[in-house]
Amino acid sequence: MSVDVPRRNDGFVWAVRDTLAMIGRNLTVIRRVPQLLVFSFVQPLIFVFMFRYVFGGAIKVPGGSYVDYLMPGVFVQTVAFGAINTAIGLAEDKNKGLLERLQSLPMSRSAVLAGRVLADTIRNVLIVSLMLVVGTMVGFHTHTNALKVAAGVALMVLFGLALCWLFALIGLAVPNGEAAQAAAFPLFAPLVFASSAFVDPRTMPGWLRWWAERQPVSIAAKGVRALMLGGPQFPMDYVWASIAWSLGISAVLAPLAVRKFRRT
Amino acid sequence: MTATGAAIVADNLRKTFGEVVAVDHISLEVPRGSVLGMLGVNGAGKTTMVRMLATVLKPDSGRAMVHGFDVVEHPQAVRRSIGLAGQSAAVDENLTGRENLVLVGRLTHLSKSTARQRADALLDQFGLADAGNRPVRTYSGGMRRRLDLGAALVAHPPVLFLDEPTTGLDPASRLDLWGVIETLVADGTTVLLTTQYLEEADRLADNIVVVDKGLIAAEGSAKQLKDRLGDTVIEFEFATSSVASSAAVALGSSVAAATIVRVVMSNGSVTLRDALNLLAAAEIVPSHVALREPTLDDVFLTLTHSSPIGGAAGATA
Ligand SMILES: Nc1ncnc2c1ncn2[C@@H]1O[C@H](COP(=O)(O)OP(=O)(O)OP(=O)(O)O)[C@@H](O)[C@H]1O
Ligand SMILES: [Mg+2]
Repeated sequence: MSVDVPRRNDGFVWAVRDTLAMIGRNLTVIRRVPQLLVFSFVQPLIFVFMFRYVFGGAIKVPGGSYVDYLMPGVFVQTVAFGAINTAIGLAEDKNKGLLERLQSLPMSRSAVLAGRVLADTIRNVLIVSLMLVVGTMVGFHTHTNALKVAAGVALMVLFGLALCWLFALIGLAVPNGEAAQAAAFPLFAPLVFASSAFVDPRTMPGWLRWWAERQPVSIAAKGVRALMLGGPQFPMDYVWASIAWSLGISAVLAPLAVRKFRRT
Repeated sequence: MTATGAAIVADNLRKTFGEVVAVDHISLEVPRGSVLGMLGVNGAGKTTMVRMLATVLKPDSGRAMVHGFDVVEHPQAVRRSIGLAGQSAAVDENLTGRENLVLVGRLTHLSKSTARQRADALLDQFGLADAGNRPVRTYSGGMRRRLDLGAALVAHPPVLFLDEPTTGLDPASRLDLWGVIETLVADGTTVLLTTQYLEEADRLADNIVVVDKGLIAAEGSAKQLKDRLGDTVIEFEFATSSVASSAAVALGSSVAAATIVRVVMSNGSVTLRDALNLLAAAEIVPSHVALREPTLDDVFLTLTHSSPIGGAAGATA
């Protein structure tokens, strides 16, 4: 090559600025169409009321209060469902041709995915904070200190972030938002429902119990319980285990998603 | 830049999607400050070609240089030199028109104030000043298309890729856009545009390539392409489309429109008398015969052997 390549603009500073620009763009929808946020809030709300008031009386859990057991499960479920937004957002951007435009701009390659995943994480923080308020209203009590409760929020948001990478991969693989939504549901049945999020797995048949006690949604729920409720039932081991899961999932899936993005 | 002064050079580009060969092997050169029109039927490989040149898709093989930079080796340098308006209007529905343009400006690494100024200038230029603060969700298709074209121009790119830029525009907007493109080219911008409108290629393009099944079927200026076809086109009209399709078979041509068959008199190999004799032998009587100059449509239909949907294929099936 005889020509000079101009100064590299895709350094770290630009990556951060581009990511911030993309986060801003992705969050604008919350201001423009607040109904969308309300919808993502309604769904966990229904779960709270169903499990708290409809099934709650019939469900026995270790350590007494069912609502205290339930809410951390609902929080984890909420961030998990929130992560679907990543798949829908990316699939729609692809469908509309927006990804094509972004790929033709001299912006940082990683900012598109990072901007998406981080915007959805911020959104998750918002929704989970609202769910904490709802929890308090239906009688949820934390038994630890404020610092640990905050750490609990961080733990589930970190788990949500890991799932965002999974859904980024799905969003890039499907043609549009509806397909993304359809692809997400089959993942949720085994992950969210066959878990210890809502009930004690000891009531499940052996094979299901084996799965429900080990899989990452259950571990995250137990980790949040350890931080928000404490007590011998929920040792801090679960916190470390959940952090390991989240980091592990991110470490494997984020590079895969980035590779998929570069190749589309 | 390259020795030839070409802004876009493609050398044997190829791209396949599984079994589908979207671009077989295509080479082309677009001199700086000129317009290349790329014509081809649906699925010919135009968009794939544009995507490879705009660094959106990596070619399977071959090389391409845009504004002096290799699209695979130095994609970021290429991206700093190009504007792309893809086939669908790539704008964010939830942002306003102005926000869309500012976002592109920011992601092109313009300063905040420059990005804002460019956004305002482009909204003006594309007749969107009044709608600039409305979410794009509320825009008509043509308005989105215009905003999308504006977004391709944010960074004053020296090389522009426009994939069917006027599809969906009303006649007045189309004329406006042609004017915009002509102004840009007069200022030295190089444009590669794909189009379904031969009139558009005829008016804007200095050179034309006709792409068929991932290969270049013909290239040259509009005049050269028309000249290749010979002097005159014979246009027969028949009573019904089924008669027209039998006539097309007899004449070794294809049905151009429902009841119309065109034959090109290329270098005397087919004369009017020959054509009438062929029809007489097939016992077909045309209802109308006309002789006229070839248009780019004739070039296109002859080269790609295509006939409009519902033409010959529908009538003979
Ligand atoms: N991402 C893709 N995956 C699979 N096949 C593809 C993909 N993109 C294009 N193709 C196929 O490659 C071929 C060329 O497509 P391309 O979009 O380049 O055509 P085109 O000339 O732009 O057509 P049109 O006039 O309809 O826009 C088509 O057969 C198309 O189905
Ligand atoms: Mg196309």
